Parts: sequence; C-alpha cells; structure tokens
Amino acid sequence: MKDHDARGIPHTTPRQSATFSQDVNSDIRRAAATGIYDIRGGGAKRKVPHFDDLLFMGASISRYPLEGYREKCETKVTLGTRFAKNPIELDIPITIAGMSFGALSGPAKEALGRGANAAGTSTTTGDGGMTPEERGHSSKLVYQYLPSRYGMNPDDLRKADAIEIVVGQGAKPGGGGMLLGQKISDRVAEMRNLPKGIDQRSSCRHPDWTGPDDLEIKILELREITGWKVPIYVKIAGARPYFDTTLAVKAGADVVVLDGMQGGTAATQDVFIEHVGQPTLACIRPAVRALQDLGMHREVQLIVSGGIRSGADVAKAMALGADAVAIGTAALIALGDNDPKWEAEYNELGTTAGAYDDWHEGLDPAGITTQDPELMKRFDPIEGGRRLKNYLKVLTLEAQTIARACGKNHMHNLEPEDLVALTMEAAAMAQVPLAGTDWYPGKPNT
Amino acid sequence: MQTFDLEARGLRDLNATLHAQAENTNQTHWEIINPKGSHAIAVGLDAPIEVSVKGSTGYYCAGMNKQATVHVHGSAGPGTAENMMSGTVIVEGDASQYAGATGHGGTLIIKGNASSRCGIAMKGIDIIVHGDVGHMSAFMAQSGNIVVCGDAGDALGDSCYEARFFVRGSVKSLGADCIEKEMRPEHIAILEDLLERGGCDAKASEFRRYGSARQLYNFDVDNAAAY
Repeated sequence: MKDHDARGIPHTTPRQSATFSQDVNSDIRRAAATGIYDIRGGGAKRKVPHFDDLLFMGASISRYPLEGYREKCETKVTLGTRFAKNPIELDIPITIAGMSFGALSGPAKEALGRGANAAGTSTTTGDGGMTPEERGHSSKLVYQYLPSRYGMNPDDLRKADAIEIVVGQGAKPGGGGMLLGQKISDRVAEMRNLPKGIDQRSSCRHPDWTGPDDLEIKILELREITGWKVPIYVKIAGARPYFDTTLAVKAGADVVVLDGMQGGTAATQDVFIEHVGQPTLACIRPAVRALQDLGMHREVQLIVSGGIRSGADVAKAMALGADAVAIGTAALIALGDNDPKWEAEYNELGTTAGAYDDWHEGLDPAGITTQDPELMKRFDPIEGGRRLKNYLKVLTLEAQTIARACGKNHMHNLEPEDLVALTMEAAAMAQVPLAGTDWYPGKPNT
Repeated sequence: MQTFDLEARGLRDLNATLHAQAENTNQTHWEIINPKGSHAIAVGLDAPIEVSVKGSTGYYCAGMNKQATVHVHGSAGPGTAENMMSGTVIVEGDASQYAGATGHGGTLIIKGNASSRCGIAMKGIDIIVHGDVGHMSAFMAQSGNIVVCGDAGDALGDSCYEARFFVRGSVKSLGADCIEKEMRPEHIAILEDLLERGGCDAKASEFRRYGSARQLYNFDVDNAAAY
C-alpha cells in the first residue's frame, strides 16, 4: 500500500469505522446477497458485563479461610423441596441444561448422560422428547415440557425425575425455534410426528395456556398426572427476572431456572440472540430479590444458566443467590465441539474453531450437533462422557477452592458480601460494591 | 358403577383412585358427581375404564388420556383432552379453547361448539365437532383429522402440516398455507368413519376438505409475507 500520492503528499492511515466495522459490513453483504437474516446457534457473542467483572475478596483478618483439601466444603444440593414427594438430590450444584435430540446427535446426548451420571448430577431433555438412550444413561433426567410438545407423552413424563416447563430461553426470550429440514432424520421425524426433511417450527408460546393463572392450572395438571412425585421447574429467559420469578413461584414452581442472554440455542436469528434479553449477571439479583420478597429464597430453588464456564462463574452465581447453575455450551465444548483438531474442516465451512455456530446445518465436523451418520461416527460417547465428567469435576474443585478461601463450608454459604465489582456496570447489575469502595450504583440511601 | 363425589373427596383422591385401576380392573365404570368446574379432572388415565362426569369441567379434563373413555355431561373448559394419546373423550356441551391441543391419538367428540384454537398443534388425534369451531382452529396442526359439522372461524388450519380438516358449513377464512383440497374416495371413507364414530347426523358428501398447500414446509424468503 502506498503511503503517499503521485505528488508526494502522504495518505492518511486507512481507518476502519467503529460503526461500520468489518463484521458489520460482512453482515450487510451477506444480507444483500441472500435476502434473509442470519440463523445460527449458541448464545450472545457480544461483550456484556459478566462474571469476569466480579472478584472474590477472599479471607482476611475479619474472615478466616478453610484449609484446602482438608476442611470440608459441601457441594450437595437438593432441588424441588417445595411440593414434590421426591426432590432431586445432586452431588454438585452444576446441572446439564436442556438440549434436544435432533439438535444433538444420539451419541452426544448419551455422552451428556454418562458425564452427568459420573459427576452425580442431572441432565435435561430438549425439544423432541425423551429417547430411551438418554433415559438409560441418565440416572437423574429432567424432562422439558416445551411449547411444541414434540414427543410429549404421559409415559415419558412419569419416567422423568423432574419436569421443566420451558417458558423462555435466554438466547431468544419470546421466540420459538426452527429445526431445519436437513437435520430431520427418520427418527427425529417420527418422534415429532412430522414428515422427514421439512423445517420443524417450535412454537414461541404454549398451545394450551397463557399467563400466570393458566400456568398454575397447568402445573396442577402435571402434578396430578405424575402423582405429585417429581419437582416441577419453570424455566424463564432473562427478560423481566423479578416479575417472571414472582409469577413462576405464584404459579407453584418448585424450582426456577433463569437463563441469561449468553445461554445458547440450537438455532435462531442472530439479531434475536444479540439484541433481545438481558445478560445473566443482570438477572440474578432481581430473581433472588423476588424470592426473598416472597419469603421463598432456598424454599424455591434457583438455577442460573447462560455463560457459565469455570468454577469461578459457578461460585459467583451462587454467591449472588443461585442454588445451582446449568451449563450447555460449555458442556458441548467439553465434549469436543469447536475443537481445533477439526480446523481444516471448519475452514471448509467458512469458519474457524471456536467460532463455528451453524449447528442447525447439521455439518458439525465434531459429530455432535448433527444427524449425519458419517459425522456422528467421529464422536465416541464414552470418551465424551469421560471428558464431561472431568470438566464437571474441575468446575466443582475450582468453586470449592474459592468457597474455602472465603471461609465457607458449603457452596450455599457464599454471599454477595464476598464479592466486589471491577466496573460500574457490573457493580450496578450484581449490586456489589465497586472495588475499592463501599458503593454501587443504585445502592439505597446513597 | 363406582360413584365418586369430587366435592367431598377432592381432586388428588380422584386421580389417584383412577390411576390405580389396572388394565384388568373389574371396576370399569366410574361416575364423578359434583365436578363443579374443577380443573384437571381424570387426567393421565391409562386403563380401559369409562368415566362419566356429571356436570361441567374446568381446564384440562382428560388431559393426556390413554385408553379410557371420559364422558363429560356438561360443558368443558380449556384444554380438554390436551395431548390425548388414545381412548375417547365426549363432551355433551360446548368446549372452551384449545380442545384436543397437541393430541397424539384417540377421539374427541364435542357435541356442542368448540372455541378458538381447537386442535392446535394436534399430532394424530381425531376431533369431531357437531357444532362450530372458533378462530385459529388447527393452528400448526401436524396430523390427524378435524370434522366440523357447523362453521369454522377465521384462519382455519394456519401453518398446518399433514392434518385434514372436513367442514360442512362455511369457513370464515383459511390461515396461511391452508387450502381447500379435492375430496377423493379415500377421504370420503375416512370422513364416513369419523361421522359414524362421532354419532353425527350428516353425510360425507356435504363436507369440503382442507389441508396444507405445503408451501411453507421449508423456509423460503419469498414466502415471508405469508408468515
């Protein structure tokens, strides 16, 4: 590139627009070429205030720590203690979020079950129903009750260890889903009562109830069908967490699952993922406040999901008031999704390891988000399960390490007082002091 | 005949008692008195028993039914026979919205009218309505049949898949991708069977058939205006 013109006058340095960045321009060119919005999987990729913006303070003269590897830091959690005869008891406060057979291959679902089992936690079905393999490999299985009701039947409902009524999903609050035709194998089609090869729309709202009063009656029906034995979760998106949590509790939920905008989806519009919903960090305190205002904190358990990656994230979510967390995207990465060993094939698909998100196209080189028999052969469910177990163990050990450093003998004893924020935004959202101060934006009486 | 006073014994006792009936039970006939519009009556049944409800019911009566015959001698609230798998549900009066929603199998017979969204997202159930059906009936209906001896409201069969709709009266409007289709001999045969099962005083030749044009099965941006 020449740095001056023919007369010897220097060019100014080429400057990229912050508004019309290369990413934005590529979006515009793609839209102009196709006439249709971009669909992808995963959660929000934009940078938002997150757990990275919080720090634990650890012990000091006024707080004494527990000895690592010697003094106990309990991780067990019981979910569904409000009404269910048989609450779910987990060894660790980290669960596997709902992901469908259809979006994921059968072996991938099996691996999730194997890994969760080995770590002493639960896994969750998704849109499309419960497969025998999934039930067989998951000692604790949460059955999602979704608007589409694909594969829904009372026999599987009674086989579940808990029922999760999905009202919203963090990646797309107010939105439904679409499983594109190329992923509809004979088996997926049969489970969903639809022809093979057609796009399968998952509804954005339930077909037979609207609003909290109806939800209360729906929960009553599900409890009657299952004999009041299993916990009923209500999953909400990070939209209006205070009111949605309040209404879910009012409707009779045993557990509230709160999914922020970093939570993944199998497929929806990129514009939806990036522009609708609130960051996970912004949702937790309002949801906890709703539970506290109702006198139901710890009585109705709160599971938080959306961008949980490390034991630090687990500990921070719990310090803000969650009883447990759920992981989806991180679990897929642990299984081998987006692994650099498939880089050449990601390049062929026009992407790179770490950025691959066209899960809906069914071409996943890792053989996880596909129904292609040849690609599926690349994925070993036993090895995948072992990797997930390892990852869950590391998350737990990391979270325990932090909790002990804060002097807590149970993960649930972590508290907001253990935290400070690095940014004003995170301080405001988490309602913990900005580091070096005793203040956060919106703090009462300041 | 076993008689169960719902007001006196409560919903939990009712459903637990009905759930306890085995395939070969000798207590095959049950009469429920004093339903008084209660919700979730006779839900999740899974035995070849006959349940007669003497009065009107609230939400989700006979929800997720398998094998049983549930006869409502009154009107039924929203979501009656939702997600039914098999068996028969008969409503002597009218049915509120979402009747037969997401039903996978069995037969739902409504002798009065059905409100809006009758058969929404149905997945194989047969629904026979002696009267009219409301707006958005059979929205996203996947498979199965709806017979309407009266009229259908706005947007019948919107975004439907492979379900069939037989309407004797007028259709106020058809939903996206729903069209009138030729009534071939095999459809006449299906309809005659449904009319007989539903106890309808009507002839198959009086009906018109509607179903999916299959134009929205795979997303096409040129169809965006239809969504």
